[in-house]
Amino acid sequence: MIVDHEADSTATDLLLLESPAEVAHDSPRSLASAIDRPDAAFRVTAYGGGSIVVTIMLLVGIFLLVQGSAALQVAGPGFLAEQNWDPTGKFGIAAVLAGTIFIALTAIFFALPLALATALYISEYAPAKIKSGLVTIVDLMAAVPSIVYGLWGFFFLTPLVQPVSQWLTTYLGWIPIFTVNGFDPNDPLASPTVFAASTFIAGMVVALMVAPITSSIMREVFTQAPIGEREGALALGATKWGMIRSVVLPFGSGGIIGGTMLGLGRALGETIAVFLIISPVFVIQPHILEKGANSISALIALRYNEASKFEISALMAAGLALFLITLVVNFAASTIIARSRSGSQSD
Amino acid sequence: MTIVAGVAVERGLDEEPIVPVTFTEPEAAARTWTRPDDADIPPSVPESRRSTATVRAVDIIRLLGSAAASIGFTSWLFFFALPLQGVLGFVLVSYAIFVMLFALLTSFDENRPTVRDRIVSVIVHSIAFILILALFSVVIYTFGRGIEPLTHINFFTQDMSKAGPQEPLSIGGVLHAVVGTLIMITMALAITIPLGILTAVFLTEFPGRFARFVRTIVEAMTALPSIVAGLFIYATVIVTLGFNRSGFAASLAITVMMLPIVIRSADVVLRLVPGNLKEAARALGASTWRTVWTVTLPTARSGLTTAIILGTARGIGETSPVLLTAGATTFFNFNPFAGPMTSLPLTTFTFVKSPAETMIARGFGTAAVLMVLVVILFAIARAIGGRGPGQLTTRQQRSKTRQSKDDDYRFRARELGVATGARKSKPKPRSRPKTTPLSDPEGATP
Repeated sequence: MIVDHEADSTATDLLLLESPAEVAHDSPRSLASAIDRPDAAFRVTAYGGGSIVVTIMLLVGIFLLVQGSAALQVAGPGFLAEQNWDPTGKFGIAAVLAGTIFIALTAIFFALPLALATALYISEYAPAKIKSGLVTIVDLMAAVPSIVYGLWGFFFLTPLVQPVSQWLTTYLGWIPIFTVNGFDPNDPLASPTVFAASTFIAGMVVALMVAPITSSIMREVFTQAPIGEREGALALGATKWGMIRSVVLPFGSGGIIGGTMLGLGRALGETIAVFLIISPVFVIQPHILEKGANSISALIALRYNEASKFEISALMAAGLALFLITLVVNFAASTIIARSRSGSQSD
Repeated sequence: MTIVAGVAVERGLDEEPIVPVTFTEPEAAARTWTRPDDADIPPSVPESRRSTATVRAVDIIRLLGSAAASIGFTSWLFFFALPLQGVLGFVLVSYAIFVMLFALLTSFDENRPTVRDRIVSVIVHSIAFILILALFSVVIYTFGRGIEPLTHINFFTQDMSKAGPQEPLSIGGVLHAVVGTLIMITMALAITIPLGILTAVFLTEFPGRFARFVRTIVEAMTALPSIVAGLFIYATVIVTLGFNRSGFAASLAITVMMLPIVIRSADVVLRLVPGNLKEAARALGASTWRTVWTVTLPTARSGLTTAIILGTARGIGETSPVLLTAGATTFFNFNPFAGPMTSLPLTTFTFVKSPAETMIARGFGTAAVLMVLVVILFAIARAIGGRGPGQLTTRQQRSKTRQSKDDDYRFRARELGVATGARKSKPKPRSRPKTTPLSDPEGATP
């Protein structure tokens, strides 16, 4: 074959020598690739799919904005500052917004270490025999409906957590968030019910709910940390933790942040579990151990049914505020992920 | 030597001062030791096999010792020294003491990086254990309290139309909710799977400004709270367009919620398909479409299945969009386009809001049924797509072998210029009848 080719090229050279005019007309080849019909159809379909999804998504956003604007015009800027919710008079989302954020932060406070440790355990420490079983369990738990966690939190966790809340407020009550009004540590007959239905318990339940999905994402990224660099660290004599810190965690930082942000988004929007556990109050409640909490989603679930057309608009505005927060969270996350070294470079 | 290098690696990250002593350890010098030629060769001792076990006896003794000590110390604290109480408090305090004691014990014979490694290992193990334990307790508690209605067969065969709050558990069931859930999720998946996978493929295969825009919007929508999705459908379909609450409205709400989740996780999975596989397909002359269909999607199959599973699981268990759009009912309703419908989570929610004990028991029973349903779906999905990329069942292996043989036959037939039924286009007449694949232009231009 090679001989054949050489013979060919020699022939061409001779040909070129004979007719130099051909050289002058030689122009750069077009690099555009020919697209055949099925491929063109595929391209159109794919672009169509993307467009449909974007249209649906934009529609949701625009509709929320348009519907919510009626209530926003009435409430004015006080919408963000007013704690009370009375659509016939003054209404605003200060209380529910603060409540949403408190619950989500409590949830992430518990969920991040839980998820990170579980992901590390499964990808680095677990014996090979139980690894796939654990992955299945965690994935399965991410699939368990939130109502089940809500039931568990309401009937099982609340009585368990009450003594812990009591201990926290008794000994750490000087920290503002652990203060509980109406609880006297020196009164032996003090009722533990002041600790029920609190932000703390709701946050713990939401944490358990978001931990599996967060952990699942982190684990997927951790297992993709390059084996060469892992072995390099170990060969340099790093301990297992040294290897994890110098290879797995930097490589998986995108996954850690992405997973946590996804968890935070879920925690912010979680409705039913929170709605079951808390007893709604319409004041800003920074004392996380105290009875009474609220969130935007719980407000919507509480009010939508007997709402007038105007109140629906007000609820839409509240939903829009919640959506904007999650939007900011998500964009912050994707910016951070884009800067960090993520799993996309693993080939 | 391990110790020295361990310090060196950690140093780069911590920027701690180097401990100079570590570098002058005798073992460090021993590494460059070479045997002098004239030295007496010691009498050969039979070499004993090195243990490659990663767990040493001393590690276990340390663990058990500090566990026993911490429990003892905490008991003393709780029962004699301080007026503390509560089971959870006991566990927390004893755990803290356990970690401290374990660190202290380890630091007696190990250096700092090793101590740190051991502490992290203990903490990671225990936190992972806590999470798994908590997850199991969720399942066991739900089944424990829901077992009573589950023992009545009517729970699976009847609806709740005849059962009021005071009726015993032998009347009424949740079959209507099972039916409702299945109808809603099927309709939602019928939209989500094709549209979601297509969009994810679009995002990875046609990168550009528009794809970036779509990805941004989808990523933003991942965090769309489910209740807002429900409120959107409630306000558009029910309030504005004037339809009644129905299963179809609920499935639309579930779709709006599920779609971004599926797209986003499918996109992540597709991006992880090794580029060299795709490049190999392109180099063999496959078009974009063929590459996606025969290389990208099969390689990412298990990840895509996981993406769909997680999306479905969220969709099936979501209460809030259904709460707003489906309307609760106690009757059977097989028509998703007319009349209210209910789903399992919504029924659970309605049950446990009632103060009656039997209703709460029914609520737990419904939650248990819901969980079983999720587990079944999960198991099916795992069985279909749970394998890693490239792992085949025996049957798939056989069919691949057969396919490969057919291809081989086809290629050789083509080389010999014999028309086979499998190819539509006739092989072009060539000046050189006998060719090798190297000079074959046929493969490069499909």
